[in-house]
Amino acid sequence: MARLKDLCKNPELFSSGHRACAGCGEALAVRQVLLAAQQPVVGIMPTGCTEIFSSIYPHSAWQIPMIHTAFETAASTAAGVETAYRFLRKAGRMKEDVKFIAFGGDGGTYDIGFQALSGAVERRHKFLYVCTDNEGYMNTGIQRSSATPYGAHTTTSPAGKVVPGKRQHRKDIMEIMIAHEVAYAAQTTIAFWSDLVTKVGKALAADGPSFLNVLVPCPLGWGHAGDETVKLSRLAADTCFWPIYEWDSGRYVINHQPREKLPVEEFMKPQGRFRHLFTQEGGAEVVAELQRHVDAKWALLQKRRECFGAD
Amino acid sequence: MILAKTGNEALAYAMKQVNPDVVAAYPITPSTEIVQIFSNYVHDGLVDTEFVAVESEHSAMSACIGAAASGCRTMTATASQGLALMHEMLFIAGGLRLPIVMAVASRSLSSPLNIHGDHSDSLASRDSGWMQFFCESVQEGYDTLFQAVKIAERTSLPAMVCVDGFILSHCLERVESFEDKKVRDWLGTWRPNWSLLDVARPILVGPATMQDYYFEFKRTQIEGMNRAMPVIEAVQEEFAREFGRGYGVIEEYRCEDAEAAVVLMGSACGTMREAVDTLRKQGKKVGMVKLRVFRPMAHEQFRRALARFKTVAVMDRMDTVSSWGGALYTEIGSALYHLPERPKLLSYVYGLGGKEFSPADAAGILEGALAGHKDELVTYVGVR
Repeated sequence: MARLKDLCKNPELFSSGHRACAGCGEALAVRQVLLAAQQPVVGIMPTGCTEIFSSIYPHSAWQIPMIHTAFETAASTAAGVETAYRFLRKAGRMKEDVKFIAFGGDGGTYDIGFQALSGAVERRHKFLYVCTDNEGYMNTGIQRSSATPYGAHTTTSPAGKVVPGKRQHRKDIMEIMIAHEVAYAAQTTIAFWSDLVTKVGKALAADGPSFLNVLVPCPLGWGHAGDETVKLSRLAADTCFWPIYEWDSGRYVINHQPREKLPVEEFMKPQGRFRHLFTQEGGAEVVAELQRHVDAKWALLQKRRECFGAD
Repeated sequence: MILAKTGNEALAYAMKQVNPDVVAAYPITPSTEIVQIFSNYVHDGLVDTEFVAVESEHSAMSACIGAAASGCRTMTATASQGLALMHEMLFIAGGLRLPIVMAVASRSLSSPLNIHGDHSDSLASRDSGWMQFFCESVQEGYDTLFQAVKIAERTSLPAMVCVDGFILSHCLERVESFEDKKVRDWLGTWRPNWSLLDVARPILVGPATMQDYYFEFKRTQIEGMNRAMPVIEAVQEEFAREFGRGYGVIEEYRCEDAEAAVVLMGSACGTMREAVDTLRKQGKKVGMVKLRVFRPMAHEQFRRALARFKTVAVMDRMDTVSSWGGALYTEIGSALYHLPERPKLLSYVYGLGGKEFSPADAAGILEGALAGHKDELVTYVGVR
């Protein structure tokens, strides 16, 4: 269990003064991950919001070595860096024990960078892949990704007169990564900072590739006030829209059981991307379908925990 | 030692002798064997290399970039669709000034699908910030790979060593090889000034730039390429001193008193040599200028070598599909444009998709150059 009292003593490896929007969940996630990574760490990131708001020359918010190559290449570049590290250690040209963390958004992870991620994980490169999932292509101006939830308005799944937002449910990236037999996989969100920090510690200690999926509310893309980021992050967990769980050594552990499972509407209503569902005809059915999907996935997760659980 | 090796075998063997720190590669015809043979070297413990059998060429180049930025001597091999898939990452390797060396078994690009040799793939990469060497023979491919490592590291530019697919990659030739130790001593170990893995000195590799810095970055990269030619010449001389075989940036073959010349690169130079000799025996004064280095462009060497001819035939094993012939034709035209008196240029496109290029075809082009004119702007050699 991480304690704020201890964490606040750790040096900030992600400097303030970067260019993220006010209330950016992604910047919070990066900061929390690095607070948990206090041994030497080398970062890898794809093109995307994080790269743009942290690394516009001649400025850098990174206090760790960081490499950015292209949009779909976080995992493949990480593979090269990690391989170089193994070579240099083998050759006696490097002594430090270094960990590797790749940060990718959902576009760079679920979609365009998916093949590279699958390949790198299959080859067992030892690195932590953190997906900062804000459920859309926010850097290019809010387009749908395969992580965008059912019914959400984006600029390529707009709330139109005939079609009310995205017509497909999101991809279950966690199960896909678990199917790759990663050394450790976990899902969390920034409101659960202690959970997040603990999971980063476990992921970095794992003997092989590990995966952390972090829900990061995006005020611009989701259409909410910047000071509601943490609240929405908590509501995502309390509605079971975003279960907080981990897959550790073949066991499922649910790390947050909401005291009262809230209807998914509670999470949706404060967000502009779902507004049409509460103002236009036919919206209720879309909300009901999303609720059905959330319930089904939550029930499935409970079953997995029962079958492959810690207790 | 004298060996009998195909182009792929010779290039893989050269890679073994270089003993690079990291190789990340993906199979594709006709360069697959390079990766296969190298994998054997790795699994038989004959090299110290960490080998990554990635899941695509795009990831191959991305992993090479990661490894090279981490201070490792890094190599790969590819061809055709693979090189096209890497295209995005080639520019990033160039922009980051990483001395990655890549063997390319040049091949056509789909569609229609065709696995045979031409220069469509390598020349489609010509503006990516990579140095490009085109080889006439397996021996030249073997020799050039070593030079490329040294030149890349000295210039901080990545380098492609291109051999024609199948024509060189799969044909057995006599190769004079060197001892491992001699190669490794000549190359030394690679110690860059900066490394991503230097955790005591954190650096950011690959920042974003706005209008205020992008052009400046590119200008320094361009300057790097501008300054590469003397380095190439110096390393070729060092190589000749050490290993006894000399190469120029261009080679002028029987040009001294020639009235017309042909310019080309790659394996067809061998065929053209024969044709030049045949025509010389008939008393026809023809010569050949072979291009070995396509990037950086040898514009000064071309001006010196070609200015005196009335007619020069330029041969391309690719077409830019621009109704203006191939890349070599347009580039030589540009190189010669500023001469007060310049030769007439005739454009010939030949051998696409591995189409046979015979001594008779070569002789026909030389005859055309002697005649000094032809009706069509671009002649497509041997097309039905």
